[in-house]
Amino acid sequence: MSTDSAPATQEPEIPVTPAAPPGLLALFLAFARMSLAGFGGVLVFARHAIVDQHRWMTADEFNETFALCHFLPGPNIVNLSMVFGSRLRGIAGGVAAFTGLLLPPTLIMTVLAIIYARFGDVEVLRRILAGISCAAVGLLIAVVFRMMTPLLKRIDVVVLILMLGVFVAIGILRLPLQAVLLIAIPLSIGLTYVMRRKVAA
Amino acid sequence: MSSENPIWALISTFGLMSLFAVGGAAAAVPEMHRIAVDVHHWMTDKQFADAYAIAQLSPGPNVLIVTLIGYAVAGIPGALAATLAMCLPTALLAYYVSRLLNRPSQSRWPGLIQAALVPLSIGLMAASALILAQSTDRTIAALLLTATVALIASVSRVNPLWLLLAGGLLGFAGIV
Repeated sequence: MSTDSAPATQEPEIPVTPAAPPGLLALFLAFARMSLAGFGGVLVFARHAIVDQHRWMTADEFNETFALCHFLPGPNIVNLSMVFGSRLRGIAGGVAAFTGLLLPPTLIMTVLAIIYARFGDVEVLRRILAGISCAAVGLLIAVVFRMMTPLLKRIDVVVLILMLGVFVAIGILRLPLQAVLLIAIPLSIGLTYVMRRKVAA
Repeated sequence: MSSENPIWALISTFGLMSLFAVGGAAAAVPEMHRIAVDVHHWMTDKQFADAYAIAQLSPGPNVLIVTLIGYAVAGIPGALAATLAMCLPTALLAYYVSRLLNRPSQSRWPGLIQAALVPLSIGLMAASALILAQSTDRTIAALLLTATVALIASVSRVNPLWLLLAGGLLGFAGIV
């Protein structure tokens, strides 16, 4: 129930909102940093920065915010920047995080597009990038593991089975996403509802 | 075909696509390919594959493959227009939905729905990790590198950037 890997000191379970939320520039810079570090996906770095480094959210809060952004349409990390920034600093905070996340890599990508248009592919570059992408997959696995730890600590069998079911359906059986979600979302909401009633009763 | 303004074609294409891209950028890639290569002939198949690799391996959200597509269609203005069209509408939607859900409201449904989505979200990400690993880790050395990075990042708080740099170095040395 606590932040997963934080040293268990100070304020045990106070909603994370710090005394002074970060300023707009701090939000912009934080998201620019995680974005520029984010080879092969930004989520790894976003979680690292938001939960571990700045302690802006607990592991559970991050999971819930991310889950919401994951199920809304569009690039989820982009959604996350807007939602997260606006929770701390209103719409201006959302725009600051959104701009920080997108502006620097878009400029880099534009430069890469120009270079690609001129030079095409270089062998050494390809090898380096291949190595980086192997490491990036490892980082993604670690993030999945860390997001799972709050659930594992609760030993919530139903939740773990739901998680495993989605993993098998999409990752191994390669069933179509829409069909899986059409079944999984109502099922999960129903089960969560029933379990909470049981706890409340 | 009408000589439509290419910038407008980019904006309408990606703006619309972003609203249907449930499951994030990775889920939208097949649709991007269909539109950019088959429908509009903006790029060749090989150019699209290269763009995908560049986007995967560059810093920033993977969705920025649209920046590369936009550049191929209409240069720098095209790159910027495609990026904004893909990212802004859904970010605004997310903003409004999250405000709706987080209003200190009478109902317990919002919290319940958010909690119910968590295990599904983690399951989906685990599936992406598996699918990506299958396309990336084709050699034993590559698999070992991925496993090592996963282990180190799970048990320590080392900055992920160092692990990526290490991966790049091993690639450069031709080990992976």
